[in-house]
Amino acid sequence: MSESKNFDIRIPIQYGLIAGVVALSVSVIGMVDLFAQRYLIAGYLTLGQVILFLAPAALSYTAAGKAPQGRKGISLLYGFLAGFISSLPLAGLVYLSGVVDLRQFLPNVSPALIEILTFGRGQGEGSLVLMIVSSTIGLVSAAMHLIPGRVRKPILYGLLWTFLIGMFSEILSERIRNFFGLDSVKAIFEARALHPGAAIIIFLLTAGLTYLWSERGEDIKYRYASMQPKRKTQFRSGGIIAAILILLIMPLLIGTYLSEVVNNVLIFALMGFGLNIVVGFAGLLDLGYVAFFAIGAYMMGLLTSTGDLGVAGMSFWLAIPICVAAAVGAGLLLGIPVLRMRGDYLAIVTLGFGEIIRILALSDLLKPYIGGAQGLLKINKPIIVGNALVKPDHFYYVVLAGVIIVAFISYRLSQARLGRQWMAMREDEDVAEAMGIRLVNTKLLAFAIGAAFAGLSGAIFASKLTSIFPHSFNILISINVLCMIIVGGMGSLPGVVVGALLLVGLPELLREFAEFRYLMYGVILIVMMLAKPEGFWPSAVRKRELHKYDDMDYGEYPETIAPRAETRDPGLGSTPHL
Amino acid sequence: MRQRFQDLDWIGLVLWIIRAVIIILVIYGTIATLIDNPYTRDQWLDFIIFGIAQGSMYALIAIGYTLVYGVLFMINFAHGEFFMSGIMTATVFIATPMAASGFLSRQPVLALIIIGIVAMIVSMGISVLTERVAYRPLRKAPRLVPLITAIGASFFWQYYYRGLFGSQVVPFPVPDILKGSVYIFGIDILRTHMLVIIVTIIMLIGLNTFIMRTKTGKSIRAVAEDKDSAALMGIDVDRTITITFATGAAMAGVAGLLYALVFTQTHFFMGFFPGLKAFTAAVLGGIGSIPGAALGGLLLGIIESVGPNLFLEGMGIPAPHQLKDVIAFTMLILVLIFRPQGILGERLAEKKA
Repeated sequence: MSESKNFDIRIPIQYGLIAGVVALSVSVIGMVDLFAQRYLIAGYLTLGQVILFLAPAALSYTAAGKAPQGRKGISLLYGFLAGFISSLPLAGLVYLSGVVDLRQFLPNVSPALIEILTFGRGQGEGSLVLMIVSSTIGLVSAAMHLIPGRVRKPILYGLLWTFLIGMFSEILSERIRNFFGLDSVKAIFEARALHPGAAIIIFLLTAGLTYLWSERGEDIKYRYASMQPKRKTQFRSGGIIAAILILLIMPLLIGTYLSEVVNNVLIFALMGFGLNIVVGFAGLLDLGYVAFFAIGAYMMGLLTSTGDLGVAGMSFWLAIPICVAAAVGAGLLLGIPVLRMRGDYLAIVTLGFGEIIRILALSDLLKPYIGGAQGLLKINKPIIVGNALVKPDHFYYVVLAGVIIVAFISYRLSQARLGRQWMAMREDEDVAEAMGIRLVNTKLLAFAIGAAFAGLSGAIFASKLTSIFPHSFNILISINVLCMIIVGGMGSLPGVVVGALLLVGLPELLREFAEFRYLMYGVILIVMMLAKPEGFWPSAVRKRELHKYDDMDYGEYPETIAPRAETRDPGLGSTPHL
Repeated sequence: MRQRFQDLDWIGLVLWIIRAVIIILVIYGTIATLIDNPYTRDQWLDFIIFGIAQGSMYALIAIGYTLVYGVLFMINFAHGEFFMSGIMTATVFIATPMAASGFLSRQPVLALIIIGIVAMIVSMGISVLTERVAYRPLRKAPRLVPLITAIGASFFWQYYYRGLFGSQVVPFPVPDILKGSVYIFGIDILRTHMLVIIVTIIMLIGLNTFIMRTKTGKSIRAVAEDKDSAALMGIDVDRTITITFATGAAMAGVAGLLYALVFTQTHFFMGFFPGLKAFTAAVLGGIGSIPGAALGGLLLGIIESVGPNLFLEGMGIPAPHQLKDVIAFTMLILVLIFRPQGILGERLAEKKA
């Protein structure tokens, strides 16, 4: 279609309809309404509006790209039409809501939503305004496609930064008040959103910086690359020391609430490092990973609880190794039976294992020992020189220590013989075996070490919350962690932290987000697999591999999780004799 | 025999021990229960009939897994959501208004047929959409990549429906003629259970005819056998795969209606566990085989329903019904470890799978 030289009406209709359906979806499931309470720019723009018009903008932009080469008029027309068409489903919704009471079917189609969609101008006029706004957005996106890249990039980045700062205004203003006083807050923020003037300044500033960086950045990178190796090492160690210093004084900078968020992020990152070994390094897709987390948590609970169910009354520090050992035991227990299982079956079996653990924790069978649905209470906090680490700012250091240890072990393992064995196994089991790798030991070690990290994470988690319930250990945790390492990049250690920040940190900061968290995870899993299977921070090896195969017909899929159908299946599948 | 012992390494040994321990536990539990004999004959029959009804639904859902696995060799993790989406949509938009207007009690048969058809159509639509967006672009990708997108699709649909219809349970109005029970062969059977069994039989016969007798069915079989050759024979592989998904989803849609009739409610999360169980059933029967899916579903339903009372009660476990999912998942794990080809599946040359 894009080959034709002339105007093709199907393109804008197609993209416009997709955009319209997406916009309609985010409206009827309640995202627009919910996020409308969060202003990005005081009085002008809410997060809900951004979400509503994101799809029309993006798809108009794509549609504009489908225009024949050099025909700018057609590009703009495509964008305009796609934008216009995308508003039709919404207009239909507005009309319908006036005819029948849609709320009895779709609880989220509230008057508030209709008011947002019509910009508070009533049905007829509002629909018209909606169409005009939508078409304009389509037109502007199409225009964005036409301007040269070196101008477009700064504009996009400027918008992105303004968006981010606006989104986190609440947190940022609170922090700024702590350090610089109320006056400086008032200069930038207004009613928990960006001041319009400040928004423009931020946009110009970030766009300008991006522009400068894209002009000069290559130069600086080149200068760094051509430095003496010794100077380079100095630079790098300087960077590491600075990073450690920042990590150490973090709680002072960010305050109690953010410390709590960071603790959660780090606990998930801990788990992520473990799953990264199992899935990222060894290529064994484990969907029941939460089981080990639960075992670590329950072990910590049983050993240190001062409640009725506590058995030992140990201190946190003494209990930690036992928790880890218990998780390792469970890892081996699961590992041995599934050693010979094929990739996709393994995923389902581990999922079943995770569910079994959760159901057992909930059941009356174990209730006398671990509390059933009532959970385990009064779990001890860690004590350092007589002080219990109760406040999140202090507890942070325990979690941080755990993460640093685990990250260090992961890093060393990835460089060691064992790590390379895992990766060889992940690429091709049969070849790896032929090369003299003992699959049994290698796989079991992956399970055991992955489980150990999860156990540690669970133990810390239990101590952080001081009470645990079976409901905290459902399948969603496994999915959460899996998403994290996929987003970050499988097999990449910084990727784990990036993933945890994005997928655990962001939703914690945007409280309304909680409801749509797993919806977004679903979208992220699909989109990442389709568009960016290597993740946002791919490991170096992966990056090289992907670029090597760029021009080949392999597609861009990392071989991480690539049990080739022909070689991996030892006669397990069965023929479809339908 | 001797050869077998020589081949045994320590993992094989561990697996044998696990097998032995579980067999002993099951036998011990069964004998202990039977000696204790806490239930009457009628109660046991009730368990079994409930198991058959539940198993019929599993069978219908399992067919979707088996069909898709047959043609694509992928586990369609989102299949449980196809099951949920159809009946939830039909409940909110069709069944509830019908009940409110009294149509459901005036024309129950017609109403149920309409609800069933709507559920089927929505399920099929969702499945085709999912296939188009999340699976088709990944046809050539490594095997676990579509599995991950399938997991993504599963969560996406769950929470999409949660957003659409809210997180609360939506009651399903059961027409009056299906309330109460009928008395056949000296057994009291709930009417809904009766209906479930009859509808399942009809659907299975219909599916069999579709797969074996029609041209489309033939092309599905051809694609399952060998995609490239099928393409050479002039079969549109992509279209056939879409039809396969839609067929499985239609079965799931019907299963959704049956589920709603038996449990009188729908919920955004209702597809997840039945989906997993149905996958277990498909594996149990031999994934890729339609009779296997039916048999596996039935077997799983009965074991799940009878199992807690039969195996666990004798061991003195309190509230054994809480552990019925544990029995199902343990079965899944055991089948995958010890007989991955399932009951009716056959061992095949490596190149096939």
